[in-house]
Amino acid sequence: MRDGSLEQGISLHFNLVGADFDSAGEASSKIKLVLQQIGIRSEIIRRIAISAYEAEINVIIHAYRGKMQAEIYSDRTEIRLEDQGPGIPDIALAMREGYSTAPEHIRKMGFGAGMGLPNMVRCTDEFDIQSVTGVGTIITMMVRH
Amino acid sequence: MRLSQILPVLKAEVLCGTKWLGREAETVYGSDLLSDVLAFTTEETLLLTGLTNIQVIRTAEVSDLAGIVFVNGKRPAVEILAMAEEKGIPLLITKLPMYEACGLLYQNGLKGCM
Repeated sequence: MRDGSLEQGISLHFNLVGADFDSAGEASSKIKLVLQQIGIRSEIIRRIAISAYEAEINVIIHAYRGKMQAEIYSDRTEIRLEDQGPGIPDIALAMREGYSTAPEHIRKMGFGAGMGLPNMVRCTDEFDIQSVTGVGTIITMMVRH
Repeated sequence: MRLSQILPVLKAEVLCGTKWLGREAETVYGSDLLSDVLAFTTEETLLLTGLTNIQVIRTAEVSDLAGIVFVNGKRPAVEILAMAEEKGIPLLITKLPMYEACGLLYQNGLKGCM
């Protein structure tokens, strides 16, 4: 596991497009596949995949477009999502379980339960969110292997 | 309980993934809220749901679910089946509503994710 390439990290980059629900989750799926290929424990992969997927879905639901980046090191995975979108006016409120601003058509798909951000916090060892209303949101997460 | 043993309990039909019916479902979760599935399930859980969209398959994939049972006889589109097959997720369908399906599995010894 501790070969040179892993110490430098594996870098994965994805472009996300708002409202593209058919592709939503593909980036997280690819991150999961790479983690499986390098032999990370399944319960760790599950936490990374779930937090990545929640964050990816959030961009698809709320933003116009975004970039997702995963850096996989031997001892941890870091994920960063940066979107151009409406931003989050009240982050503390958005972090509350059950709070959601997702519209009706999103709820019909099974999302908008208000569990996305709390779930990201629960699955990760480090979580940070920065948002500017009318500009966009940046989420960074880290999970130790 | 193996998925193959769950089939007769729910009078379910296999939509795809016959080769994975030997898989054990450790627990069961019934929900139409995917974020709840992502938040409250554990690995090798069988999901019962009325949702038939592509995101259900994605959710099952990232959550390492044992499989999905569509309740109320709701049948997903062909491309959904193809995706589940590719991801290794067995899909079952039952005419039973959610409550009855969950009740029967509980009666047969399967517990929730708590």
